[in-house]
Amino acid sequence: MTVYSLLFYLLSLLTLAATAMAVTRRHMVHAVLYLVLSFFGTALLFYLLGAPLLAALEVIIYAGAIMVLFLFIIMMIRVEKEDDRFFPFLQWWPALLISGGFLAGLLALSREDLVRQPGMTVAQALPQVFGIHLFRDHWLAIEIASLLLLIALVGVLHLSRRRRADAIEEAP
Amino acid sequence: MVLDWLLGMIVLLVKLGLILGALLFGAAYLVWAERKFLARLQIRLGPNRAGKFGLLQPIADAMKMLTKEDLVPDGADTFVFKLAPVVVAVTAMLMFAVVPVAPDLVLFGRSIPMVIADLNVGLLFIFALSSLGVYGVALGGWASNSKFALLGGIRGAAQMISYELALGLSLVPVVMLAGSMSLTEIVAAQERVPFIILQPISFAIFVISAMAESKRIPFDLPEAENELGAGFHTEYSGMRFGLFFIGEYVHIQVLGALTAVFFLGGWRGPLLPPVIWLVLKIIFVALIMIWIRGTLPRLRYDQLMALGWKVLIPAALVNIVLTGVLILLV
Repeated sequence: MTVYSLLFYLLSLLTLAATAMAVTRRHMVHAVLYLVLSFFGTALLFYLLGAPLLAALEVIIYAGAIMVLFLFIIMMIRVEKEDDRFFPFLQWWPALLISGGFLAGLLALSREDLVRQPGMTVAQALPQVFGIHLFRDHWLAIEIASLLLLIALVGVLHLSRRRRADAIEEAP
Repeated sequence: MVLDWLLGMIVLLVKLGLILGALLFGAAYLVWAERKFLARLQIRLGPNRAGKFGLLQPIADAMKMLTKEDLVPDGADTFVFKLAPVVVAVTAMLMFAVVPVAPDLVLFGRSIPMVIADLNVGLLFIFALSSLGVYGVALGGWASNSKFALLGGIRGAAQMISYELALGLSLVPVVMLAGSMSLTEIVAAQERVPFIILQPISFAIFVISAMAESKRIPFDLPEAENELGAGFHTEYSGMRFGLFFIGEYVHIQVLGALTAVFFLGGWRGPLLPPVIWLVLKIIFVALIMIWIRGTLPRLRYDQLMALGWKVLIPAALVNIVLTGVLILLV
């Protein structure tokens, strides 16, 4: 076993354990922290695969931006302590469906040799090459994604505007 | 083969030791410099009892903080409370890992790069760490189980979300000009002209948003001592408080180094050796930041948000487009 495979198993163990803790914690802030740790482990796995760009993006976007927002919201709304109630049954089915589908996809992928696949090449490419590939060959997908984000932005603005108008009406 | 590996390891450890030692020493004496300089700005003397010119004051402070009782407030989330100062100090120190302090050194026919890790995504590495640093502030404030600390922590998180974007966007033109995100390459690209001359708008946006990231006056809303006690670190005492302090002053040095690398030509300069030039530039930026602290009042919260979202981010976006047009034309 080389140093790399040892590191791989250690990091995978860390990521899996952190994710399991994140899913099972009742305390919201602790769950967020474990999830951050899990993203960190994933980022290090990317780095180990020779993709520092993906590692940096994983930390910046997921651990750094999205989870900070989660934490911000949790700290703001101050969730009341729930009694020992597990998730309702209706929420089990979508969760099982999604994780089952993911597992099936992963198993199918693990049968192929991924080292020479285009996905791996792109992930390991230099930032310049990656950027040119992304914005020249996939510009339509980027534009669609940015349009979607713009729509979400406009939607949020609309919702908050309407609520503010209500508040002003109720005020006097 | 094994010898090469061992030699590389030893060189790396020596570099790590030197840089961390210099950063911590710098942090201690930056506190002294700040107290002295600030005192002069306010027509006071500043520390002058411990040693000549109060030069032993940082050592006395460190002894005091290390020997103080370590208090964890009642009802605090103990683990998170203890973790928060570590996150602040460690993320600030790790950022220095990608800063090149000098050109490659040739020793016994081997070329030794004078940087701990020359990542080709060095700039993103810095952003990643700076976005993790806010966890220390937000969690420290939350875990203290005190409303003032919590308010400080929430302010810290909101402030970071507003200023990280401007910080990132202000550096896009630098990357466009250098053609790389590696800090070594960015310094190399400034061989003829430092980027402050080519990108004055970027420089201004970077300095303002970097000061907001470092949470100092005029952007010290997470601390805001006359509203919130001491903000997110109200409940901290002893060396845990000391770690927050070390984090802040290491962060100032890192910001000085980054300003030097991105806009002032890094270690480049005439006559003096490169390392000295970098240190001089760091001290210069740090003194300017202390001067600003002594001059400006704190921004109100809505002013802070408006400045970030309505002024800095649009200006940075326009600047990126202009830079793109100029690069295409020239």
